[in-house]
Formats: sequence, C-alpha cells, structure tokens
Amino acid sequence: MEHIVIIGNGISGVTAARHIRKLSNKKITIISDETDYFFSRTAIMYVYMGHMTFEHTQPYENWFWKKNNIDLKKGRVTAIEAPSKTLHLSDGNTFNYDKLIIATGSKPNKFGWPGQDLNGVMGLYHKQDLDNLEKYAPNNKVCKRAVIVGGGLIGIELAEMLHSRHIPVTFLVRESSFWNGVLPKGESNMVNREIKAHHIDLRLGVNLKEIKSDENGNATSIVIAETGEEIQCNLVGLTAGVSPNISFLKGSKIETGRGVIVNRFLETNFKDIYAIGDCAEQQIAIDERKPIEAVWYTGRMMGETVAQTICGNKMAYKPSHWFNSAKFFNIEYQTYGWVWAQPKNNEARFYWEHPNGKICIHINFDKDTRQFIGINTLGIRMRHNFFEKVLNEKKSVDYVIEHLADANFDPEFYKLHEKEIVAAFNKENQTNIQLKKKSWKRILSI
Amino acid sequence: MKTIQHTGLGIFLTGLTVFIALIFLGEYKVSPELFNTVVTNKGIKSELFINDIKNNVLEKTFTSPFKFSRAVTSAIKSANASHKQNSEWDKVIWDKPHSFSYAIAKEAGIGIVKEHKWLFWWLTFGLGIIGALLFIIPQLITLGAPGIKNDGIYHKPATNRGWIGWCVFTFLVAFYVLLYFRPDYIVNWTYVVDPISKSLNGNLASQWFLYGFIYCVVMLVMAVRMYIKYRHNNYQLLRTTSVLFFQVVFAFLIPEILVRFEKPWYDFKNAFPLDYDFFFSWNLNELIASGGLGLFILVWGVVLSLVIVPIMTYFFGKRWYCSWVCGCGGLAETLGDPYRQLSDKSLKAWQLERWLVHGVLVFALVMTGFTLYTYFSGTAAVLGIQTQTIQDIYGFLIGSIFAGVIGTGFYPIFGNRVWCRFGCPLAAYIGIVQRFKSRFRITTNGGQCISCGNCSTYCEQGIDVRAYAQKGENIIRASCVGCGICSAVCPRGVLKLENAPEKGRINPTEILLGNNVDLIELLKKK
Repeated sequence: MEHIVIIGNGISGVTAARHIRKLSNKKITIISDETDYFFSRTAIMYVYMGHMTFEHTQPYENWFWKKNNIDLKKGRVTAIEAPSKTLHLSDGNTFNYDKLIIATGSKPNKFGWPGQDLNGVMGLYHKQDLDNLEKYAPNNKVCKRAVIVGGGLIGIELAEMLHSRHIPVTFLVRESSFWNGVLPKGESNMVNREIKAHHIDLRLGVNLKEIKSDENGNATSIVIAETGEEIQCNLVGLTAGVSPNISFLKGSKIETGRGVIVNRFLETNFKDIYAIGDCAEQQIAIDERKPIEAVWYTGRMMGETVAQTICGNKMAYKPSHWFNSAKFFNIEYQTYGWVWAQPKNNEARFYWEHPNGKICIHINFDKDTRQFIGINTLGIRMRHNFFEKVLNEKKSVDYVIEHLADANFDPEFYKLHEKEIVAAFNKENQTNIQLKKKSWKRILSI
Repeated sequence: MKTIQHTGLGIFLTGLTVFIALIFLGEYKVSPELFNTVVTNKGIKSELFINDIKNNVLEKTFTSPFKFSRAVTSAIKSANASHKQNSEWDKVIWDKPHSFSYAIAKEAGIGIVKEHKWLFWWLTFGLGIIGALLFIIPQLITLGAPGIKNDGIYHKPATNRGWIGWCVFTFLVAFYVLLYFRPDYIVNWTYVVDPISKSLNGNLASQWFLYGFIYCVVMLVMAVRMYIKYRHNNYQLLRTTSVLFFQVVFAFLIPEILVRFEKPWYDFKNAFPLDYDFFFSWNLNELIASGGLGLFILVWGVVLSLVIVPIMTYFFGKRWYCSWVCGCGGLAETLGDPYRQLSDKSLKAWQLERWLVHGVLVFALVMTGFTLYTYFSGTAAVLGIQTQTIQDIYGFLIGSIFAGVIGTGFYPIFGNRVWCRFGCPLAAYIGIVQRFKSRFRITTNGGQCISCGNCSTYCEQGIDVRAYAQKGENIIRASCVGCGICSAVCPRGVLKLENAPEKGRINPTEILLGNNVDLIELLKKK
C-alpha cells in the first residue's frame, strides 16, 4: 500500500490527508512536533483572550484520526533524503515514504534586530507562542507594557489579545498607516482609528532599532530607530510577516526560493514530493496572486488539490477568485476580488463610508468597461457566492450596485445601508441605478 | 465603575442572603379553627390523622418549617400506612404530603415575614434587583464599544465551571428541589409575593406563583444584561424582547388574570407536548367546565400543536418557538446566556441527545395516548398499566427532575439548554419538522471559514457548527434553536440564519467555494 507522508499538521496538511482518505485507502502519516492534534492556528488568539479553551481550537475530536486511519506521528523532520525517500527525525530515527507532502507552514520574520532572540521576544504563530505569552504576559502586573513590531494582521490580533488583559500596548508600524500596502487609504484610516479607540499606542512610520535586556536575558525595552526613543516593556511581539518554514530542507536538493518551489501541480523538482500551503512558492505566480500565499484558505485549497493529484486525478492548483477576511478589534473585514491599495491605471474606485466611521464599502472597477474587479467591506458582511458569480460572469459595477441586497450577508434585522450606498454611487457616477429587491431566485440560482 | 459594580454585587448578595435566611424565620401554629377548615375542605375522613394532628400539632408552636413539615407529613404517612393495610381506601389521604403540609403551613405561619411582606419583598427581591442592575448596567462602559464581548469567559470561575459555577449550581438545584418537592419549607418565600399575587389574581401566592414571579424577575434583569452585551446585534435585541414579552405577558400576567376571573390558569403559548398535562383528565374537565373560554382553550391548544407549530416551523424554523416565544428558552437565553459555552459538543453527546430527546417525546405521546384512552373509555388502566402511574412517573422524572432540577440547575455545569436539548418533547417534535420540512437554515458563507471554533464553542445546543462551516455546508440540524449566537461570534462573517426556498438548503460539499471551478464542477457531477 502506498504510504503518503505529510510533514506538518496544519490546515494544508490535514486537508490533504482528509481528502486523500476520502479518495483512497492509502496509508497516511502526518508528522508534526508542534501539537499532538490539528488545531486552528487562527484561533489561538481566542484562547489567550479567554473566549475558548485550547481544546476548542481543535476542529476534530481526538478519535477522528484513528477512525479515519490517519496516523499521527509526533516528531520533527530534520532532513529529507529524496533519492532514497527517507526522512530523518530529530530523535535519530528515519522514516520512509512513497509520496511526501511538505506542509510545514511559516515562521515569523526576524530581520536581524539586535535582541530578537531574547526572553519575552516572540512571534504569534505556533502553539508554543501561546504558551510563551501566558508566561511573559499573563496579566498587567507581570507585563507592564508590550511592544508589537509590525503592522499586519497578526500584529493587530496580538494587540487585541494583550488589550483584553488590560496590558498597555505600543504598536510600531513601519508604514505610514496600518496595513496600507494592502488596504486602501479609507479602510486603513478606519482601522487606525479603531486601534486608537482601544487605547493602543499606535506609532506609524517607525522601525525597531534594537531590543534591550537585563542581565538574565529578559527583554526590558526597545529603541525606535527614527527617534531613538526607548520604551520600557516586558514583551516584544515580532509580527512583521511570516516566511516559509523550510530551513530543514537545506542540503536536500529540493529546489527552494523563499519557499519550496512548486509547479502548478504543487510538485517540487523531485518526483513524489509535493509542497502545499504557506511553505510553497509558485514558480510563476498565478494571475494577480503572490507566489507565496500565507493564507488559511489557500493552504486548504492546495490540500484539496494535491489530494486529487496524489489519488490519480492529476489536477493543477487553480484557485478561483481571491477572497479573504479578518477582524480588526470590533470591525469585520471582507474582500472579494482585488482592491489594491493604489488603483491601477485602468481602475476606478467607489468608496462609501458610514457617518459613524466604522462601516465602509470600497469597490474597484474598470474605468472603460465598467467590469467589476473587487470589493472591500468593513463592518458589512457580504455573500461569497454572490461575488464568485459576479466575477465569473464578469458583471459590471452597475450590476453589483443594483444587486447589493442580494450580496448582503449581515445577520437578520441589521440596519442595511444599501439605499445610501446606491444614492452615493449614482451621484458620483451620474447614473440612475435602482436598488433591486433581494431575490432568492438570483441568490440561489433557482 | 468597578466600585459601583462591587457595591451592586454586595447588595445583590445581601438580598440573596436574606432570601435564603427567610426559610429559617418565623413560627407555625395551627389553631383548631384552621384545622377544622382544612378537614372540612379536604374531606378528611381519617380519624387517625385527625387525632395525630390534634395531639402533636394543634396549638403547638413550631420554630421551623422543617419540624412543622415533619409533624404533618409523618401524621399523613402513618395514618395512610395503617389505612392502606386495612384497605380503608376512602380514608387514605391522597394529597402529596408536602403539598398538604404546605397548605396548612401557609395559613399557620406567624411572625415577622408574614407581618411585613412588603418590607421583606424589598429586602429580598428589591435588593436583588437593584444589586444585580448596579452590577450589570455599568457593563455599558466596562465592556467597551459594542461588539462581541467574550473576553475572559474561560478565565472566570463563574463561567468556566469554577467554584462560583458550582455554588450557583448548588443554589439552583436546591431551589428546584424545594420548589418541587418541599414547598412547605418555603412558605416564607411565598408570603413575600402575597401582595403581588393578591393584586393580580386575588389569592395568596402559591409556590407556583412565586416561581412564575421569580422567573419573570430573573428574565427581566438578565435581559438587561443581554441588551448590553449584544447591543450591536439587532437580532439578539429583538429576540430577547420577544421572549421577555411572551414570558411576562403570556406565561405570567394573562394566566394570573384569568384566575382572577375564575377561569382556568392557562399559558396560551405553552404548546403540547411541552405542556404535557394538557390532555390530563383534570385539565380537560376543568376546561370543559369553564364554558366558552375553556372550549376555546381546548381547541386552541390542539390547533397550536398540530397546525401553528409545524406551519411556523416550516417558514421560520424551530427558532420561532424555542428562542422567540418559549419560557424555558427565554430563561436559557437570559439567565443561561453566561453558560452557553459549557454545552458538550462531542459526537457522544449528540448520540445521547437523539436517544434522550426522542425518547421523551415517545414517552409523552404514549402517556397522552393512555390518558386519552382512559378519559374516553373510563378504565383506569391500559394494558394492565395504571394511567395515573405513568402520569406520575412522567411528572416526577421529566416534568420536575429533568425540566427543573437538571434543566435549569445544571446551567453552570452543562450549559443553558440541557432541557431543551436532551429532554423537551416539543423541541424533539419541532426538530423533526425543522430537519425535514423547513425553509430555515444557517447558511455557510462559501469558503470564508477559518475553523476557529467560536461558533461551536458558543452553541448552547452543543452543535459542532464548525464541522459544517469548515466544509462550506449549510447547518441543518433538528436541535438548532436559531439563537443566532454562532453568527454573532463568527469573526469572519461566515454564518447567517436565513429562511429561504427549500431547494439547495442541504448542500453537502466536497470542496469549498473559492477553489478551482473545474474541480468543484467535477465533484458535483460525481
């Protein structure tokens, strides 16, 4: 029986394993030394905040793996010998495979800052980071102040986490506005305001110079490069992005760039070795996507796809339209299609913001053809299905505006803003679009 | 703000302490006149009992309800034992001993509580309400801006099965045991609400009036907490208002006012088989004897269960009843909200749930069948089983122990919907309709789920919502009461409660939306 070995028990590896199991009776082993069982990495913030216990972050009960005949092996792979199909583990043992899936995810970026490996300096990615956080920042007596370096999704999550335990937070963001490499100005500003509303000491346009420590190697303060200001703190969160966790591949002759280089079929340069998820790097980026996509959904999709290939239905990784979501303190964010931080030449934008400053919608469309390109919403939920269809069918921005009621996914009885949005759009574009009533026929295509 | 909250907590605990202490206050003394009235009204023919009471109770002062209860109930028991042995069936006292004892104690009580009912109302209910509100209302500020506020729930002993949870559990269980099985111990509590009872129904308060009153007060106060906690979410606000309205008006005010006009006590929203004694002969007789209104209630009760419940469920799902109308649901969604995360999400719990809840439904239906057969045929037994025995077993096991002691008492341990999930026969019935014939579903928003588990954690019915959401599948479950909290706590906007055409309602998926379109199509064709 063919033995499929998967390194990494995150969403990518586990999805691959589940789908291989659905499609075949191959022997499957998942190797990880992070945790015994798969957990949702994106949920560890809720454990620290006390919304859930760690067990709640495990999507499958512990009996699931045995019942589905998926072997879980606790261990760390230190080297891969591709020609002999052998894995070397940190405990000195070796392990053989017939087909190998590398799904080792990411690790937090460290840019060579002095003091970046001190006690109390950490990323927010692994289960171990959660344990460290409980150690160095259990409350605001042990941790008088925390400094977060890097203004992305993980940084703002860490800020929210620490805030929930009343720990003062200084948030150093290199950019001039939060996440403005991705978010356009309106959205980015709204998030800036939300961060400040939670009394986070947000510092924009600054970089970390160094982290200082006491004689025991514990972080005690940081210095800001631009101003030289020193800020006392007990915890430093390094959240300046992530990069593929592939250092163990050195010497394996598996081709790597920043990540493991794969073709459209998620195959590496070695036959029978695949790479999926955060650690995979596409030889040629797909459409407008980045070659490395460190996102939950793409990891899952690659897992779904590689399972098909491994089970004899060779399939290219060909994700459909981009989507993503996040939550910035109390403000939910969703995006479908592309809304770049800066409009491209052919693009026009429509931005509407609610007077309360916590809700907005930002639509990107083609100036000439009026084809809908993408949408960002803050504080409004949208229907994925609707935008998938709109993008597939290359509908116009006018169609989207006309059918906003179909698109809305807010809970029942929520105050809807569609009329104001349509009116603002009409005014800005000299159009006369009438909002259509929500139609289940259209939504469900029945 | 913290100071106000701590003061509130202090006041609340003072009120609670006085409330508990009330049990031990006052004395009981039965006068010959009172006893004669009881003997006449109840038609007591047991001279053994009468003599026992005359020798051991009459004109004697009892300093605690426990002693008084023991004296009366032991008199009943010993008299009954002897009558039963001699087959003097007409002399046996069939009343429940503690209810009998309660009826006498209510009249026989003397002392400070009975003399100062309003004062003690303020010292118990008054302080409790004021204290609780002082604790709750500052949350408007302490909880921060509107949004999901679950910080620290698993760090606090009140909500993570810690010591406070166990204290609340002990109190609630004790309360229900007293209410159902030892009403004669809590006569003082009923004095406190006598004035309110008088003004509503013209009578002194029974323990059931007391219970109804407490129920409403607790729901009102805890609804304020819901309004603050979920003030960003209109679904929660409306739903809370609705259950509150139906409890206070339909389950409390209307029935009590009906009594005032010498009509039968009836809760118009309480549908059979949750209202399990609706077809009991005493109820049917009472309704038939009550003229036009009685007949209306009879017809309404049948129509409600057989027509309105399934039709409404078809259009809106189980939620229209369970989390918009029902009293049990109302308490669970207000008092029980802090405990919703404690429900068991395991597959085992689901398996147990299906056996139990449908078992209770079958039990209720069989019992009702027996009851109606007995009613129309006039024979007391069916297949050699006494209908009365079955009714008693149901009333004790399901009506009291399951619905009350376990259903509410275990809130802080097993979550707030133990009864609704494992025991309610109406929920089982509506659940079957919801599962197989309804427009209701929780739509999963394409591929947006990140498997974080907030939805499953906060599902009071123990549904593993995430298991569906992470597959991109709509949630169609018999047990879902549509509380809407999964949708509220979802950080990625994945879940929406919707009523929509049945087509495509159940949508098993292999691959989630957002992946390769060809792959999705390929798997659909399979």
